[in-house]
Amino acid sequence: MSNTKVVLPTEHCETCPAFTQLEQMGIKVGDFDRVIALAGNPNTGKSTLFNALTGLKQHTGNWPGKTVTRAEGGFEFNKLRYKLVDLPGTYSLLSASQDEEVARDFILFGQPNCTIVVTDATALERNLNLVMQVMEITEHVVVAVNLMDEARRKGLEVDARSLSRDLGIPAIPITARTGEGIHTLLGAVAEVIEGKTETKPLRVEGTPEFQNAVNELVPMIKQLAPGIPNARWLAIRLLDGDARVQKAITDGELNEIVSRQYQQDVQFSKKMSVEGRQ
Amino acid sequence: METIQPNDVLAKAESLRNNLSTGFRDEIVKSLYSEAEKIAKRAVKTSSDKKYDFDQKVDRLVTSPIFGLPIMLILLGIVIWLTVSGANVASEAIANLLFALGDIGRNFFNQIGAPWWLTGFLWDGVYLGLAWVISVMLPPMAIFFPAFTFLEDLGYLPRVAFNLDWMFKKSGAHGKQSLTMAMGFGCNAAGVVATRIIDSPRERLIAILTNNFVPCNGRFPTLIMLATVFVASAFPAAITSFIAAGTVVAVVLIGVVFTFLMSWLLSKTVLKGEASAFTLELPPYRKPNFGRILYTSIIDRTIFVLWRAMQTAAPAGAIIWLLANIPYGDVNLARAIADWLNPFGLLLGLDGVILLAYIIAIPANEIVVPTMMMMYMGAGMMIDGPSSNAAIFDLLVNGNGWTLLTAVNLMLFALLHNPCATTIMTIYKETKSWKWATVSVVITLGTAFLVTFLTASIARLLGWA
Repeated sequence: MSNTKVVLPTEHCETCPAFTQLEQMGIKVGDFDRVIALAGNPNTGKSTLFNALTGLKQHTGNWPGKTVTRAEGGFEFNKLRYKLVDLPGTYSLLSASQDEEVARDFILFGQPNCTIVVTDATALERNLNLVMQVMEITEHVVVAVNLMDEARRKGLEVDARSLSRDLGIPAIPITARTGEGIHTLLGAVAEVIEGKTETKPLRVEGTPEFQNAVNELVPMIKQLAPGIPNARWLAIRLLDGDARVQKAITDGELNEIVSRQYQQDVQFSKKMSVEGRQ
Repeated sequence: METIQPNDVLAKAESLRNNLSTGFRDEIVKSLYSEAEKIAKRAVKTSSDKKYDFDQKVDRLVTSPIFGLPIMLILLGIVIWLTVSGANVASEAIANLLFALGDIGRNFFNQIGAPWWLTGFLWDGVYLGLAWVISVMLPPMAIFFPAFTFLEDLGYLPRVAFNLDWMFKKSGAHGKQSLTMAMGFGCNAAGVVATRIIDSPRERLIAILTNNFVPCNGRFPTLIMLATVFVASAFPAAITSFIAAGTVVAVVLIGVVFTFLMSWLLSKTVLKGEASAFTLELPPYRKPNFGRILYTSIIDRTIFVLWRAMQTAAPAGAIIWLLANIPYGDVNLARAIADWLNPFGLLLGLDGVILLAYIIAIPANEIVVPTMMMMYMGAGMMIDGPSSNAAIFDLLVNGNGWTLLTAVNLMLFALLHNPCATTIMTIYKETKSWKWATVSVVITLGTAFLVTFLTASIARLLGWA
């Protein structure tokens, strides 16, 4: 938890109260200015980061697949209220199982202001697949390279700058368990949302003929569902024959889903505040 | 501008897809992976592999084909032994305290001249129900949950999944079912929710329908009490806790066997199909956070489950008191219903009171033992609750004709019978189908009736009971 903070010499700024301020708000989400989604592979410490930020005691466990629903909480950072949505841990967003669908639907249709992808510093290569899939959906992504303490114990050195440069988005080393790097992470998130940091997500382009196919499909999707973000991603999924996306298009769900997602969120928040747990 | 129809988009996508060269998906996936590899290589430098080696050595041992299963059994045995031996003393102390408080309350009500039915309803009904549930449930949960959460935090659960994977596969089920089964030990409703990690709907249904065959924490106290009072009491005092723990472990194993059997049966009949492959990650062992373990296990689990049990125990206590005090012919209503159920109960090696207790306890299985005790006592045997094991033994055996068969069959029935109301609701929510929720009840209840009927018949045939 965040109360046992490891203070490293380079982090004086974060611990200085005048610089940034983090206030845990638990489940009192209410009105909020910004929505942040927490995505990541299973067992990378998403729930631990969620707890550290919100002060909630969402159950954490050391087994993949522990979180199968969305959990929500709130915090205040630099006088702005954030709603934080903890998504189920997934290896991909191709929606094979229900937990993957929960995660994907929220990133796609919930339109969070920013998505933090929590990665395991000790298994970065495998984790990057999900990062790149999230980057396909949205430009507002920040990578949290978690479990830095474990990486150090294992003798691994992670160069976050190189990672950030290659991915085209901020990459922040953190240790959610001790609170190390959390303020820097939130600062990076705020800058991405405010447009102070311009992200240039690395995207796998595929073959030229594939690119042409995508470019032909995108305008049609935009015409069908005006204002839909991620039209490019939807086009790619359609070309891949994704049944879930096909269904969303024929049902007209594409248009409804944005408003429905919002209603669900309100209901869910109410339920959380009544039960106080999941 | 002409309007565009959804089907136009799909048709366009279809035709574009057909024009693409077949390998375009692989092409994208391949470049995704190679890109990830390149980036990771540039960003990560390794200087030593020490810790990694240690984790691997431990994993080789706990997931080895020879030692994997025995280690698992030993760990399960230790957890249950800790629970049994610790809970025994604490339960008795709590029962003594709460029953004494009940006496004070009852006397006070008598002194101020409260009507007999009010005193009876409040102190012999509602309060006694609560006192029983707390003394029977709190101690085992307060020991079991922290121990279970410790193993969970450490990262042992995925290793369990690894060890049991092949057995689930043989049963035509998903290997991850072992994880949801493990969660079922805590609470079956939680286990049912956890099945969301299983991708295939077929295998997920199997996992949902069979989750109830592992005893949840609400049912452990029943098993522990019966194992301690009946099975272990035949052995010297020094080893009773080991015998009791061994009995509970055996019952748990029977539950696991039934999980496999039923999974196999389902996958061969209504839920036909092949087991799907999956990758299971063995996460690194992590130093458990003791503060969090205590918080999670005590607040999120123990208090939560206990509170739920208390919410059903209070009305159940009231109902029992009413049933026991509403006259019906020569006897009271509780007696009459129990007598009516008795022939069927005896057929299963149980009795009418036990079945009535199960009916009253449908909202929460954990209150079965308290309900049963109160009904036996309501027959006018005793005023105070029996707090020691010897007193319980005396009440059941000498007072109500229990035999070892009754105890064994009640343990089997507690293990196999229908899910509690919360779990049934959860199954409905997860499957969105009353059909499957009903099937889950029919399967479990059918198994429970069948198994207890068979054991009772065999025992009687062989002259054991």
